Amino acid sequence: MPQITKRGRRRNGSILKSEDLCLAFGGLSVLTHIDFEVAPGEIFAIIGPNGAGKTSILNCIGGFYKPNRGQIYFQNQNISRLTPDRRAQLGLARTFQNIALYRGMTVLDNIKLGAHSHLKTGILPALLYWGPAHREEMALRREVEEEIIDFLEIEKIRKLPVAALPYGLQKRVELARALAMRPRVLLMDEPVAGMNAEETEDMARFILDIKEERDITVVLIEHDIRLIMDISDRVMVVNFGEKIAEGTPREVQRHPEVIKAYLGEKKK
Amino acid sequence: MDILVQLIVSGIAVGGVYALIALGFVLIYKATSIINFATGEFMMIGAYFFYSFMVMADIPAIPAFLLVMCCAALLGFWVERAILRHMLGQPVISIIMVTIGLSSILMGMAEIVWSTDFKSFPPLFPRAPIVVGNIIIRSNLFWGFVIAMGAVSVFAVLFKYTKVGVAMRATANDQMAAFSMGINVRAMFTLAWALGAVAASLGGVIIGNMGGIQPTLGHIGLKIFPVVILGGLDSIAGAVIGGFIVGLVENIAGGYLDPYVGGGVKDLAPFVVLVFILMIKPYGLFGKEEIERL
Amino acid sequence: MRIGNFKETYAADEAVFTSPTSRFWVAVLFIALAAFPFFAGPYLLYMANHTGVAIIAAVGLNILTGSAGQISLGHAAFVGVGAYTAALLTTRLGLPFLICLPLSGLSAAFFGVIVGAPSMRMKGLYLCIATLAAQMIFEFIFIHWESLTGGIRGINVPAAEVFGFRLNTEFSFYFVTAPTVIIAVTAARNLFRTRVGRAFIAIRDRDISAEMMGINLFHYKLLAFGASSFYAGVAGCLNVYLLKIVTPEHFPLHESIRYLAMIIVGGLGSVLGAIYGAIFMTIIPEVLQSIMGLFQGLSPTIMSYLYPLQTVVFGLLIVIFLVFEPHGLAEMWRRLKNYFRLWPFEN
Repeated sequence: MPQITKRGRRRNGSILKSEDLCLAFGGLSVLTHIDFEVAPGEIFAIIGPNGAGKTSILNCIGGFYKPNRGQIYFQNQNISRLTPDRRAQLGLARTFQNIALYRGMTVLDNIKLGAHSHLKTGILPALLYWGPAHREEMALRREVEEEIIDFLEIEKIRKLPVAALPYGLQKRVELARALAMRPRVLLMDEPVAGMNAEETEDMARFILDIKEERDITVVLIEHDIRLIMDISDRVMVVNFGEKIAEGTPREVQRHPEVIKAYLGEKKK
Repeated sequence: MDILVQLIVSGIAVGGVYALIALGFVLIYKATSIINFATGEFMMIGAYFFYSFMVMADIPAIPAFLLVMCCAALLGFWVERAILRHMLGQPVISIIMVTIGLSSILMGMAEIVWSTDFKSFPPLFPRAPIVVGNIIIRSNLFWGFVIAMGAVSVFAVLFKYTKVGVAMRATANDQMAAFSMGINVRAMFTLAWALGAVAASLGGVIIGNMGGIQPTLGHIGLKIFPVVILGGLDSIAGAVIGGFIVGLVENIAGGYLDPYVGGGVKDLAPFVVLVFILMIKPYGLFGKEEIERL
Repeated sequence: MRIGNFKETYAADEAVFTSPTSRFWVAVLFIALAAFPFFAGPYLLYMANHTGVAIIAAVGLNILTGSAGQISLGHAAFVGVGAYTAALLTTRLGLPFLICLPLSGLSAAFFGVIVGAPSMRMKGLYLCIATLAAQMIFEFIFIHWESLTGGIRGINVPAAEVFGFRLNTEFSFYFVTAPTVIIAVTAARNLFRTRVGRAFIAIRDRDISAEMMGINLFHYKLLAFGASSFYAGVAGCLNVYLLKIVTPEHFPLHESIRYLAMIIVGGLGSVLGAIYGAIFMTIIPEVLQSIMGLFQGLSPTIMSYLYPLQTVVFGLLIVIFLVFEPHGLAEMWRRLKNYFRLWPFEN
């Protein structure tokens, strides 16, 4: 569907589409008939009570879970059968609810790892570390420093081991790593969970910058309602594995099903 | 045909003994999630303790048995408190390596105390072989099997029906929950190690009775890995099934293939079978696949 | 105290030796290594050569187990594969030493990949036992395939010849061992400056999210097995020419465990740690022997306890390091360096 972004540009088609996604573990049904489309360049939020299945949606898109039914399209290409690493190489990046940084490495190395699929050094050149390998590493370093570390304001901590960082900074490093993947779509799972007001504002600013300056589409799971209302273009509400509402933040806020899911019904 | 049946019967008999030794591993893993590479050495020390009591100190068989069990329990107790307690929360490879280090220590000490000479103890059971139809079973193998199965049953009953057994199962399942139920988790760990050492030592006494003892006896302990991986790392019944399978594979493969290759097939066959099974089921025959949360 | 260590280019920041001081010390090390054989007696040279072989094998194992997190109990088997390959290439095909060296590595790497491929889906203990099975299988082949390996008697190998020089003394062989060690260590260190090394560490730390970053787990696990076995094969080849014989008793499970102990005592995941661990574990048995030799006057039979005592000390070292210093010698060294770097300040 054509979407007019805030900049007034017109684009056709969706960049990410989920069609009739169903997922069950044994007898436990996790997702039922999840359909949605994300337009290029928008911030699309997925919200819902705990256990509603939000992370499972991201896991299906990322390729970690195999849905029992349904298809996933990325840039109009059916990626349902691709392995997770292939999907990442196509431009699908992800941050995780429980930080999944590599504790054995520094911040800089973690971020560089994000760019893995865009590099070409094989094992033999790596062992020799001669001309092309060295040049590739230096170009990578330059890119990481100037595009990502500067942008996310993490210069001071770049040589530190990630295990030594406070929680808020770890989340930022995770975002940095996802950006290094040069994604077209960024899936973020509770990016501001556990953060204070100031950290949340910083993260919100970064997400908006990512959308506007880099033209990256963001799919966002969050519980922080204010953040969702402030920065999302559209919201989808999920409860017990089913989609119960979709629309702009305003529309969803007033939707009776959504109110019922979060607050319960008034006893008659 | 007779040979095949003979091999099958011997295989099951020795498998029963393997099951008992594997039980030593399973008891510890079940309660503490620790992989004890020194199980074979516990077994070997049990055999040596028995030798010391029976031959060097001239104590009759049954009291010697009981003494061995006490000493093994003490050994397990001490190992847990002095060493393993400090390793809580460390990565798997570290814990495996610690028990490997422990196995080296035990093997070296056995050699120092008892020297490398081959030793045997006087037969514990009547010499006459058991004859069933055309099948002959060596008496120490037969009685060893009986005792091993008896011991396994005792442990199984202990786990299932006694208060302590249930407490240990609870600890194995969920430590935090066990703590909040008032179970002394630390004591459970120590108890698991003590019992595990006892089981392995008993197995050692039986094996020692079958073939004599040497400090390298612990290498037989490596065979328990195919046993527990086939049977599931934390299942007592699985240890029995795994033990039978390994005993059978060993004897049948050894019986038929040894003449072609000049020996040694017995020790290799369980591992080859293991590799094939792991290729199809990477978590063992009965193991649970761990679902990782993202 | 070292201060004012500022870099002005990315290349300078990414270098392995980042300050004039460390570059100086590395230069000193090179000079010492080059001068060593002229001042050392035959015993020290023998130790140096054997330590060199151990370093290569340990660094290789570190790539697989320390960095990529795949526990292997079969490393000695791959050293054996390299050794037997070298012996066979020399005695049956008459290939010169310098050709045998990389070919042994490749042969071991080939088998490493064969062992690694079916173990792709296995993790943790299961992978460990699968490598144990591989160790058992290779040991069996070494002993029983007599037409190929010479069985228990093994294969005798003539001294190596390089450019017409016969290397049949510890002194002359040193000039092969030392450069090989330097190349091996440099290459391993280089791995971790590139995406290959980073991928290994990612697989070790969290392989599922590594896959979601675009890393093909199968490809990189195989690479880890292959690279590690290549190193083992090279070490095996050097070992053969040092001892001039290869027999199955050089490659038992106990050796695999010794290599694991080296990288753990040295510090898992670090090339420097593997070097320290290899040196430490090779020297300790000799030190023990000397100490016991001192007591020989008191008790003539004490030397018969040497071997079991070595076993006990070996186990004790592993346990003590794991309990008290889990990050190994490399970590101790780092703390020491930091102390001196900041002296006379505390931190």
